[in-house]
Amino acid sequence: MTSTTSAPPAQQPKSRPGDRIFAGSAKGAGILILVILAGVALFLISESVPALTASADEISGDGGLASYIGPLVFGTLLSAVIALLVATPLAVAIALFITFYAPRKLAAGLGYVVDLLAAIPSIVYGFWGIFWLAPRLVPFYRWLEENLGFLPFFAGPVSSTGRTMLTIGLVLAVMILPIVSAISREVFSQVPTLHTEAALALGATRWEMIKIAVIPYGKSGVIGGSMLGLGRALGETMAVAIILSGSAAGITWALISSANPQTIAANIALQFPESTGLAVNTLIASGLALFVITLLVNMLARWVVNRRADFSGAN
Amino acid sequence: MAKRIDVSDLDIYYGNFKAVEGVNLSIEPRSITALIGPSGCGKSTFLRSLNRMHEVIPGARVEGKVVIEGQDLYGSDVDPVDVRRQIGMVFQRPNPFPTMSIYDNVAAGLRLNAKKTSKSDMDGLVERSLKGANLWNEVKDRLNRPGSGLSGGQQQRLCIARAIAVQPEVLLMDEPCSALDPISTLAVEDLMMELKEQFTIVIVTHNMQQAARVSETTGFFNLNGVGQPGRLIEYNPTEKIFSNPDEKATEDYISGRFG
Repeated sequence: MTSTTSAPPAQQPKSRPGDRIFAGSAKGAGILILVILAGVALFLISESVPALTASADEISGDGGLASYIGPLVFGTLLSAVIALLVATPLAVAIALFITFYAPRKLAAGLGYVVDLLAAIPSIVYGFWGIFWLAPRLVPFYRWLEENLGFLPFFAGPVSSTGRTMLTIGLVLAVMILPIVSAISREVFSQVPTLHTEAALALGATRWEMIKIAVIPYGKSGVIGGSMLGLGRALGETMAVAIILSGSAAGITWALISSANPQTIAANIALQFPESTGLAVNTLIASGLALFVITLLVNMLARWVVNRRADFSGAN
Repeated sequence: MAKRIDVSDLDIYYGNFKAVEGVNLSIEPRSITALIGPSGCGKSTFLRSLNRMHEVIPGARVEGKVVIEGQDLYGSDVDPVDVRRQIGMVFQRPNPFPTMSIYDNVAAGLRLNAKKTSKSDMDGLVERSLKGANLWNEVKDRLNRPGSGLSGGQQQRLCIARAIAVQPEVLLMDEPCSALDPISTLAVEDLMMELKEQFTIVIVTHNMQQAARVSETTGFFNLNGVGQPGRLIEYNPTEKIFSNPDEKATEDYISGRFG
């Protein structure tokens, strides 16, 4: 305290070249990411303009842009939401098992296997889904139709190939499982010992400790991980394109019939090779819609995480 | 509620490493017992063995007996979870649950006991516990704010309120004031003097003045060298320990000649 009063006022802090270079390159990297994002957005918007301004009968399907993109947006959201609903609880359970229950050796091996799932190319998941998973799901879908057919989700007739919206959702769930569980595992392992011991010392069982100390602490991390997973599910192209190829239908809640809505990314992949002129602009416009959806989802996730920031444990 | 603790021939191991050896002592109910000694002498390990918290570390085990009013803590049919519900603990660093409000922190232990408690009963218990921890007046207007927003001393008293809310028989305190400023320390010490009317308190402390101020009985732990197990060197009334200890090592330690 004494040194500050005796120091001359407004002394310029000494500027070191190392600091300047590092600060400059860090700032540059930060600006670069904004420039890239803006570049992508500008490209999408400028290339979409012809489709956005075209009259309804010029767009393929003759119903105008909204009726072309609408079912695609619906299909994209539906498949991603199914994937998220299936994958998140499973991923959290895997992460909890690896962090708190598995013996150390098994935990390391399991973590490795889960990470390996992330390294499998999506086209392989597509083949797996179409040749292995889909046929095996057909009996299960029949059962769903018989017993729960009164729900719009499980209305018949059941697809005989099993190439349905629900199959897509399940394949996507497997694909996003690694990222969600890896991030959940990371946040769970960072729960301070202080908090877990506080719970145990109150007489909590292992599960109660997880419930009162671990899950609340890791919640925002799990949400963040799910959103990354959701991002991947929304944009997944090849697996969806393979499984749902050719079966584009309008908006329908039926998850196990052979008429399914296509997703944006898969539709672009399937249609692009045969498109020219305005059709390409239409596809890019649908890409713009996907871009906006992803941004909205991320903003929503951020809002959810920040809503109870006071209680996050970060302070 | 307060109960007597009898420890006989207690050895504590972490895997193959013997951390504490041959502890024999009796802790009187409604009193404060202080454990002092240099770092690494096993006093915290011993304290944690009294509510089986040391078992959190894989490979930890004990040989010997810890008996609380006739009940063997390490009996084969005793669940450590039940032990910890009877024997509360306050840690070195204040550790309120950061994701919970002040109210929920105090209620956390009560809710674990899974008994259905009505809202008004719970309000009463929370208020009584916070008053018991001399914190009520400071937090009564912000019970729904996070506990992590309090000062360090307030957080530690919140942790004490959380521990006493479940009406434990014994309260273990592992250096509860080492992260606090002198004024907060005084507040916690005053609180301990009040709490000993109801609870058996065992406190580990590095602050010998604190041991001298608050405790009736003091145990001095020491170890012969690195890698050797810690031992209870002397266990006597606090007055005797600090004026005329039986052991030379105790005298050396409290007069600052080592440790």
